[in-house]
Amino acid sequence: MNKTIKWEYSPAPESTDHIELKKQYNLFINGKFNAPKSGKYFKTINPSNEKTISSVAEADKTDVDKAVKSAKNAYEKIWSKMPAKERGKYIFRIARLLQERAREFSVIETMDGGKPIRESRDVDIPLASAHFFYHAGWADKLEYAFPGRQAKPIGVAGQIIPWNFPLLMAAWKLAPALATGNTVVLKPAETTPLTALKLAEIIQEADLPPGVINVVTGAGKTGQAIVNHPDVNKIAFTGSTEVGKYIMKAVAGSGKKYTLELGGKAANIIFEDAAIDQAVEGIINAIFFNQGHVCCAGSRLYIQEGVVDEVISKLRKRMETLIVGDPLDKNTDIGAINSKMQLQKIKSYVKMGTKEGGSIFQSSCSIPKKGFWHAPTIFTDVSQSNRIVQEEIFGPVLAIQTFRTVDEVMAKANNSPYGLSGGVWTEKGSKIFKVTQDIRAGVIWANTFNKFDPASPFGGYKESGVGSEGGIEGLSGYVNMV
Amino acid sequence: MSTNIITPIDEVGAQERVSRLFSRSIKNESKVQALHLSLSMIDLTTLEGKDSQGKVKQLCYKASHLHDSFPRLPTVAAICIYPTMVSVAKKALGGTGINVASVATAFPSGMADLQAKLDEVKSVVEAGADEVDMVISRGKFLRGEYAYVSDEIAQVKEACGDAHLKVILETGELVTLDNVRLASDLAMDAGADFIKTSTGKVSPAATPPVVLTMLEAIRDYQLKTGKKIGMKPAGGIGTAKQAVQYLVMIKETLGEDWLSPDLFRFGASSLANDVLMQIVKQSTGHYQSKDYFSID
Repeated sequence: MNKTIKWEYSPAPESTDHIELKKQYNLFINGKFNAPKSGKYFKTINPSNEKTISSVAEADKTDVDKAVKSAKNAYEKIWSKMPAKERGKYIFRIARLLQERAREFSVIETMDGGKPIRESRDVDIPLASAHFFYHAGWADKLEYAFPGRQAKPIGVAGQIIPWNFPLLMAAWKLAPALATGNTVVLKPAETTPLTALKLAEIIQEADLPPGVINVVTGAGKTGQAIVNHPDVNKIAFTGSTEVGKYIMKAVAGSGKKYTLELGGKAANIIFEDAAIDQAVEGIINAIFFNQGHVCCAGSRLYIQEGVVDEVISKLRKRMETLIVGDPLDKNTDIGAINSKMQLQKIKSYVKMGTKEGGSIFQSSCSIPKKGFWHAPTIFTDVSQSNRIVQEEIFGPVLAIQTFRTVDEVMAKANNSPYGLSGGVWTEKGSKIFKVTQDIRAGVIWANTFNKFDPASPFGGYKESGVGSEGGIEGLSGYVNMV
Repeated sequence: MSTNIITPIDEVGAQERVSRLFSRSIKNESKVQALHLSLSMIDLTTLEGKDSQGKVKQLCYKASHLHDSFPRLPTVAAICIYPTMVSVAKKALGGTGINVASVATAFPSGMADLQAKLDEVKSVVEAGADEVDMVISRGKFLRGEYAYVSDEIAQVKEACGDAHLKVILETGELVTLDNVRLASDLAMDAGADFIKTSTGKVSPAATPPVVLTMLEAIRDYQLKTGKKIGMKPAGGIGTAKQAVQYLVMIKETLGEDWLSPDLFRFGASSLANDVLMQIVKQSTGHYQSKDYFSID
């Protein structure tokens, strides 16, 4: 006996015959799909093979104005006057319809954005419908969310969402806005507009009054038109810190409310007394989930010196078992990078890391020829002074440092312009409490990472943003207190 | 490796890892290959007070003739029986290449004095057992008498001579994964050739997080010493789906070296027929009734 057996997993692709996609998508304004005034459309491609999936309307200032007017009209005439429990029913209906069509949405999310079907199926879509369910429940119970005060809607919310979790981010923003009685103009990211447009179809099916939700597609200019529109009363943005800063300047003095969920460079801290195998799994989830396109990704790893060799050797081994490839294959762990532009950005950081003297390790996975791909990558021998430690890469690239004392690692963890999330791994409860109190970050996970729940607020310190989303804190961003 | 003597295991994290491993989708060629491999890894087991010589003989025949109407099937790896049946099985299996594994050391409770256990081990080896499945003294382990447990394993190993020693931890009685890990480390250090989850007489038997924890202990032991220790989950594994899931767990935790009956076994009484049904289904495209598969 004793012969080594080669056992590879056969391809297990999720089928795509059940999805319905149009060749061309128009703007969803006032309950109907309308052609853009300019007649311009742009292509949305599948980043795993660079094939065009569909073309999507580009909304200009006039289209955005139309969308805002229809939102304003719906707000004044219908939505703000509707009994709260009726509003709740609509949101429940959206949640249920989304749940019923979860498989279709997962496949489209994966095709349009490149993320593995395992994640869109198990995380993105179920969490999106969970957000609608959760907020549907709040609609007629706002007096319990804000006891002793009266919460009034703000008006028209302009919502600009990123490409990393397209449908989920739409749900994070739409659900609380609707529950609190606001109407919305939503702009999905230009590389991943399809699930938001499919959601518009669900909104039609749910018979939501026309104008309550409007979906306008386009790039930066479209977003700019929303931010600067005088009838928009609130801006909710998730994306880069750079754009976040622009928005803060643009809305200054306008009276518009805003919430911004921006970048991050989370410290993930492994102490010697951690359960090492589970911590290694946590490191993997923290940085390689969604190809590292996660604002709360654990992209700075700190390992206590006694377990450095063990953690790094186990991490390398584990990286070798990650399957990189066809995002629609149920066994894929790491899908395609979302866009060519993002891939170039990641590559330039990896080049920089090597040039600055970091030691690089990449898993030996084979990478498809077509499409945008990046192997899981870790850097050791780097310091706080390396740019790959300081700046958000937004890709599958981890920077690893070592430490000896708790104080040392706390100082380094907080030594960042960001403060969105963090992670701590130890079997000692008292250490968890000390560390989580001292890290300045909005979300800190202990002995786990990247866990989300609609009831749990999410938001950051410093350049990671303003305000929170989720939970009662998230609702408060969509109301004026009387 | 770690300077810690006790390696802590986070139960929530272990369960999450299991869920992720078990979400692998094994189809077509890889499924057929996995099913054949699973058959070859089975320790076909009967461990009942009412076992008869006749039943053991029938089981031995089945072990090498799993489903003769289907070509090119492997045999199981071993049959696993009580000490009194060893000579019967040895004779029945002559020339098949299938091993005889006997439980010993006052299986399943292990509640006997050491000398009695050693005598039992020697007698089953003399009767022709190729493999000995011993149980650890859980009472002593849970009281923290680790040196006793370790010494006992070492003495049983010596009594085994050339026979392979599988050490049953009875993880259902150890309760925590921290204990499972500690007992695994202890058994490997004391000379186990295989570590095995359960007797099959205690519930829960082989649970996925327990198996994962033991596989990780084996991997760390190899990193430390270079030695490859085998693994045998036993009890509660009755379906082909579970078997394939465990193969995924081995492949991604220990690597393909362990995808061999030399280093991995399933202790099971009813698994073989479910795997056979799946193999036939993969070939013909439809399920047959259970009546088309022999019960022995």
